[in-house]
Amino acid sequence: MKHLIELKVNGDTYSLAVDPWRTLNEVLRDDLNLTGTKLGCGSGDCGACTVLVDGRSVSSCLTLALEVQGKDIQTVEGLAPSGEELHPIQEAFVETGAIQCGFCTSGMEMSAAYLLSRNSSPTEQEIREGLSGHLCRCTGYIQIVEAVSEAAKKMKQSGNEV
Amino acid sequence: MTLPKFEYFAPQTLHEAQQLLTDKGEGAHLLAGGTDLLVKMNHGLLKPASVIALKHIEGLGEISFDPKAGLKIGATALLADVAAHPDILKYYPAIAAAASETANVQIRNMGTVAGNLCNAAPSADNAPTLLAMNAKALISGRKGERQLPLDQFFMGPGKNALEPGEILTALHVPAPDSGTGVSYQHISARGKVDISAVCVGVMVRMKKNICSDARIFLGAVAPVPMRAFEAEAIVNGQELTEAMIEAAGKAASDQSKPITDVRSSADYRKKMVAVLTRRALTEARDRALNS
Repeated sequence: MKHLIELKVNGDTYSLAVDPWRTLNEVLRDDLNLTGTKLGCGSGDCGACTVLVDGRSVSSCLTLALEVQGKDIQTVEGLAPSGEELHPIQEAFVETGAIQCGFCTSGMEMSAAYLLSRNSSPTEQEIREGLSGHLCRCTGYIQIVEAVSEAAKKMKQSGNEV
Repeated sequence: MTLPKFEYFAPQTLHEAQQLLTDKGEGAHLLAGGTDLLVKMNHGLLKPASVIALKHIEGLGEISFDPKAGLKIGATALLADVAAHPDILKYYPAIAAAASETANVQIRNMGTVAGNLCNAAPSADNAPTLLAMNAKALISGRKGERQLPLDQFFMGPGKNALEPGEILTALHVPAPDSGTGVSYQHISARGKVDISAVCVGVMVRMKKNICSDARIFLGAVAPVPMRAFEAEAIVNGQELTEAMIEAAGKAASDQSKPITDVRSSADYRKKMVAVLTRRALTEARDRALNS
């Protein structure tokens, strides 16, 4: 039986009829067409599906949509709401060459946003730990770590908050 | 990757959850963080007819500490919140360490310590330290509440001691005792992110330089987290010198019964039991002496 729920995603509230077995990942991608959030392993190992729920990073593939009713959900689309002007984290990913195929990027960016919301000047070690729940099969990890470090600097300069 | 179909319930009280669990019978599964349950369902290993979510029950995620009564970790307390709790960091650093080194950031923001134990993987990161510290499972069932020492909780891979209709509501850890020290050590293939290939929890009680009591538990080297009685016997009543710690590590290794699987070979696990037991005994000893 479908449940009628309201999901608040990137500041917009959506009323949806959702089967209980559908994950947040499926609802974001298939119902709301927010395909920036990817589906990788389906077991919490790769981090490609990472979104923020009430400000905390979670795996959307292991979250039932019904479990996050009324909570504040942020996806990668919410980082750059205008669709044109990039968030400093995204700018830094572009500038440091941290994107290769791009599949892991949105998840990495959401974990970077989570890390920087709690620690505005992370060390390299802290960045590595913050991103440890992500796999990049192009293996461009060094640039990704650099990108987060650059993003921290950019956000400090501009007084930007995640 | 679509989950199998099920009915979903989000009870607001423990009583309601209990009732649902009883009414729905065998096909019902409890959902806390979902980081084990949904993986099993995604992989087709589990097809529950009903899923009963626990996170909506007020107060079930509470963490409370009292210097006399000890620590209580509610069933839906997140791993991340246990890892960052000021009292746990101060009085139970090994519990914080185990929680903070379970899986990765996202999983710790979803998963729970209680769920890690209920899942009853032999490799459960939070089991060895809690076992070493004489933790108890607080269980609520149709006939009322009961307390079960955690060393009677694990029955086999994926099997725990909960009877039909019972819910693990919290974990209780005795008050911190001066003169004791606890350590958690583990090793896995992918840094500290992956499921542990071997994990060790140790608590020692020190009187001056003599170890008056040691509790040593090994994870991922037997069907359930196992107690290394022989290693304990070696150090009990002894000064914890390097030679003594080395001997205890060897005894723990000899007693362990690991298998070879995707995460590690049995041989490597046996070697690592010795190494991690030594590290854990050393850290626990030093913590006890500084307590």
